[in-house]
Amino acid sequence: MLTFTIRRLMLAIPTLLFISLVIFLLLEASPGDPLGDVPLTVPPEVRERMRAALGLGEPWPVRYLLWLKQFFWVEPLYWTDRWFGTSFSDGMQRIVSFQSRSPVFDVIAQRLPQTLIVVGMSYVVGVLIAIPIGIVSAYRQYSLFDQIGTFISMIGFSMPTFFTGVVLIIVFAVNLQWFPSVYDTTLVVRDWDSFLAQARQMVMPVTVLALYNAAQISRFMRSSMLDNLSQDYIRTARAKGLSERKVVLKHALRNSLIPVVTVIALGLPAVFGGAIITEQVFRVNGLGQLLISSIYANDIPMVMTLTFIFAILIVVFTLIADILYGVLDPRIRYD
Amino acid sequence: MTEPQRPDRDVTAPDLAAAGGAATPAALGPPVVPAGDHGHRSQWSDIWRQFRRHRGAMIALTVFVGIILFVSVGPLIWRIDPTFVDIRARNQGFSLAHPLGTDQLGRDLLARLMAGGQVSIAVGLTAMIIAIFLGSLIGVLSGYFRRLDAPLMRMTELFLALPLLPLLLLMVTLFREPLSQNFGSAFGVFLLIVTAIGATSWMQAARIVRGEVLGLKEREFILAARSIGTPAHRMILRHVLPNVMSPIMVAATLGIATAIITESALSFLGLGFPPDFPTWGRLLFDAVDQMVLYPWRVIFPGLLISLTVLCVNYIGDGLRDAMDPRIRGR
Repeated sequence: MLTFTIRRLMLAIPTLLFISLVIFLLLEASPGDPLGDVPLTVPPEVRERMRAALGLGEPWPVRYLLWLKQFFWVEPLYWTDRWFGTSFSDGMQRIVSFQSRSPVFDVIAQRLPQTLIVVGMSYVVGVLIAIPIGIVSAYRQYSLFDQIGTFISMIGFSMPTFFTGVVLIIVFAVNLQWFPSVYDTTLVVRDWDSFLAQARQMVMPVTVLALYNAAQISRFMRSSMLDNLSQDYIRTARAKGLSERKVVLKHALRNSLIPVVTVIALGLPAVFGGAIITEQVFRVNGLGQLLISSIYANDIPMVMTLTFIFAILIVVFTLIADILYGVLDPRIRYD
Repeated sequence: MTEPQRPDRDVTAPDLAAAGGAATPAALGPPVVPAGDHGHRSQWSDIWRQFRRHRGAMIALTVFVGIILFVSVGPLIWRIDPTFVDIRARNQGFSLAHPLGTDQLGRDLLARLMAGGQVSIAVGLTAMIIAIFLGSLIGVLSGYFRRLDAPLMRMTELFLALPLLPLLLLMVTLFREPLSQNFGSAFGVFLLIVTAIGATSWMQAARIVRGEVLGLKEREFILAARSIGTPAHRMILRHVLPNVMSPIMVAATLGIATAIITESALSFLGLGFPPDFPTWGRLLFDAVDQMVLYPWRVIFPGLLISLTVLCVNYIGDGLRDAMDPRIRGR
């Protein structure tokens, strides 16, 4: 197991390097000019100096290596300095956004909580809805509950989140006026009232994402449960005279959760990606919104760093899913 | 011809055929009818018979055909130009002249929904074809040629690790301008979106096809074909590809759904087709600003997207059940 983990970690490094190169070259090939908004009256030599100040003067391999150094060396050093009061990163240049001229990671750190709260909440809610539905659907296969559950989960992952979001806004924010339609990120939870306001504004984005996730996870849960319920050991458990509750919730459920847990781990980075759209619908100024606004503004360092962070999430969670699978199911042998 | 001889070919009871299929799931050959074999049931008619039993899939197929007719034949009957601006008739409700009302520029919503559907479905189909072509090619190559397997699968894993939505957004924003200049604004964007979606969604198909091909390679008819010296390209085209058709078909169906959703998501983020070029996602995006006053303008395109995707998913479900009897009812 350990050797497998180490081997996978070694493999993850070239993968990530390759992905960063792909993103970098894609941005490099783009015709957009970060100086496009600079007025034409600016003389060419000043323009050249502005390019140099943005770090655009060097050839691309140099800039790529510089970015790698900043991402993997300077930024970790900076954050260790921040947390432990050391001074390793003094005088080192951090990755700086073209748009705001502030370090990219500071902006990301500002935006991260909003995304984490909404996405994390929605994933937890989605899993909590999906697992009971999957269990009951499988236990009473072809019952009315199963039929309706199947239909709803089909609808759930057929409706794009931007449509469900907009419909929820029309119904609950415009017509019923129960929840605010725009997520207020300046809200600070201080007392009970502000906590309620925060909960109220989170209801709709969380619902949209949770429904979408629950639809997929409940299908996996159902089919995994069905697989296990027809196994011999379940019959044995029943023959021993165990109560039905124990058979289903202890014997079948535990084994059925193994593939579902890996699916949940694998799905998490996709949820971050999908949250880009939901954030746009509800005007949550999280990472997704940051990505879109910096794409519009041609803010290359920001786009590069954000996209790469998404890639890291995917690679890390794939690794976690693989390891979890091996830990939970001793029949899986990687060596 | 060295077609695999299948024991279940002449069995008449459909359940027996299904049971035979369960034992040999990959034994779905092309519907080649040997001369003089009357009353013979081909594989596709078998699948169709199974498919018809899936009630949800049949309803979905009917609705899907309805949607296709709506967007293809509809404009021939409802002849208002979807881009015709009639500023005096703007923001109208439901009326005889405009059954679904008009938008903020007085363009007829019904005509726009039809035109938008054509684009959305065309994008879905073309992107799916590209993705399936790439996926099958890479899957067959890596499954069939052992030397190509490791590098191609590494590449597939690399692609699976790419953050797709951010990359799609990037590709569309970065290359929209130059392509529009070269191929015209609508066609350039169409080309860009279709290739971008196709190039980022072939991985699942490749993995499925590779797995099937690996299993297929161990079978006797492949050995037989190889023993009479069939060259590799004919082996693949004649013996391997027809036998992995069913997983490819299922992946293709589900691919249409994802492609349609991805295109509308791009349009919804304002990074899709140009404003005067309606697609369902674009119509939804344009209507969001005024959803408080005119909610149906959001609802109609959204409903059409969801309905189309729902139908396609159900059809895919039915196809999978019909083609692989082992997983029926899951």
